[in-house]
Amino acid sequence: MKIRSNDHFKLKIILLGCFTLALFLASFLVGRYAISIRTVIDIILSQFINIPQYWDDTLNTVILQVRLPRIVLAILVGGALSVSGASYQTLFKNPMVSPDILGVSAGAGFGAALAMINGATWWEVQSVAFIFGLIAVIAAYTIAHFFGGNTITVLILAGIVVSSLFHSLISIIKTLADTDNQLPSITFWLMGSLGKGTNSDVLMMLPALIFSLSLIYIFRNQINTLAAGEDEAITMGVNVPLVKLVVVVSSTLMTVSAVSVCGIVGWVGLIVPHIARMLTGANFSKIVVTSFLVGGAFLLMIDDIIRGVEGVELPLGVLTALVGTPVFVFLLSRVKKGWT
Amino acid sequence: MLTVKGLSYFYNPERLILKDISFDLESHDILCLLGPNGTGKTTLLRCMLALNKMKSGSIKIDGNDLTKASIKKRAEMMAYVPQATMMAFPYEAREIVQMGRVTHLATGGSPSKEDWRLAEEAMEKLGILHMSRHLFNEMSGGEKQMVLIARAMVQQAKILIMDEPTANLDYSNQIKMLQVIKSLAEQGYSILMTSHFPDHAFLACNRAVLMRDGYIMAQGLPEDIVNTENLTKLYATPVCVTEARLDFQDRMIKVCIPVMN
Repeated sequence: MKIRSNDHFKLKIILLGCFTLALFLASFLVGRYAISIRTVIDIILSQFINIPQYWDDTLNTVILQVRLPRIVLAILVGGALSVSGASYQTLFKNPMVSPDILGVSAGAGFGAALAMINGATWWEVQSVAFIFGLIAVIAAYTIAHFFGGNTITVLILAGIVVSSLFHSLISIIKTLADTDNQLPSITFWLMGSLGKGTNSDVLMMLPALIFSLSLIYIFRNQINTLAAGEDEAITMGVNVPLVKLVVVVSSTLMTVSAVSVCGIVGWVGLIVPHIARMLTGANFSKIVVTSFLVGGAFLLMIDDIIRGVEGVELPLGVLTALVGTPVFVFLLSRVKKGWT
Repeated sequence: MLTVKGLSYFYNPERLILKDISFDLESHDILCLLGPNGTGKTTLLRCMLALNKMKSGSIKIDGNDLTKASIKKRAEMMAYVPQATMMAFPYEAREIVQMGRVTHLATGGSPSKEDWRLAEEAMEKLGILHMSRHLFNEMSGGEKQMVLIARAMVQQAKILIMDEPTANLDYSNQIKMLQVIKSLAEQGYSILMTSHFPDHAFLACNRAVLMRDGYIMAQGLPEDIVNTENLTKLYATPVCVTEARLDFQDRMIKVCIPVMN
């Protein structure tokens, strides 16, 4: 009897990858300018190989400057938040935490807003957001550690406390912000939108994202043992302090790059890891891949809905909550056996 | 093989948790650590596993100082079998077993065919291979314990530290567990286990250590030291060690009975 048979992990990942790719291409069709899938593929390919242009120049701009960055950002942000959520959940042995519940998103949001009203550059905004994101997760963990012996509920409560602290600090920033320019842009950004995403946003987000994802992927087997508890991981020979540092820094960095592009987007980081576990099992070395693909596809679908609704640009965070809450309730009913 | 000498531990220097603990463990040994609740048995295991840092004393394996070994090196010499609990996520049994291979994996690498073969072999030996795809959280206490032993086996350390391997098990599973422990010792493992059943010292162990208030009250062969006098003192409760006749085998075995007066 082979204990590895009947696994199909690779097949599932290939299928998920194909689905995400199909969704990626189909997403170019959503919007005011009607266009055929053939033309979309040709426009993208024409960037790399020589294809005689048979389409309007406007379409070049629409596809390459407007829709492409938005679609790519949706996949990257969704994937980043989901891997970040999966890592936090495994690190804290807690299926109910995510970047937004732990207060990381709010901390990063506060840091970014603080930098923005001081007219900081993109890199400064990222750095300040990263520092406050780290402060938030360390604060939540410390509160839970000292007052509740690290139980699931106490960590969530600590996260809620930290999160509301930073949300009130964000409100203070808003009252200080100049009402003509800064306030509207901060408010709109915080509600979450991919609408203003540009290709340079993608390029600026990529280094931090690739760095964090690679670190988490390299340490995936070590992170996986944390699900058995820190003490047991140590007895299995894992350098737990190093692995914890890797998880906290990488997950926070990913959350920060997501937050600085499109504000605080909730629910994705909480529910996607659970969907990933249903698809390919609880093993972290698998859900790190599955979460990225499912998260990317999930946020892309939500953004497609936003783009598909004519006349009004719904905030991303509102729609993820609208879709996320019923999905979460469904997941609760399905997987409650595994949680205590 | 393993030598513990003068080990002591405290949270507060006024109140020692472990005082001058010394014992050794040879290969094929099964050492049973007995003692009342709160006497420092778990703390001793934690000190040996480097989860708590001992305040003085030494732990040596084949003459090498364990306190100077890296976490990875220590894990290659000593594996831990904790008491079975719930996992936060729906892991399959084989995935829990595979965790034990983590130190042997190359940086960034995935488990190889050989890693899976070892997991398979360990589960086969413990009779849980047919459950390899069952969810760990849905398994019974005895089955979970076997999965955790398999995980320790694939770690390929020669010393197994077991925290109450027979706790929360019914008679049939207790016996099954003791048989597994005995067969592991025959394969060359050295086993240090804690227990609340002094009978188990007679059934499976060749060494017993009686621990009370953080010091070792007595140690030696179970036949010599697990007796009415020592157990009564150990648990501060009258315990009678007597002999029972197994009619169907026509042989005498020692049993321990707590007495209520």
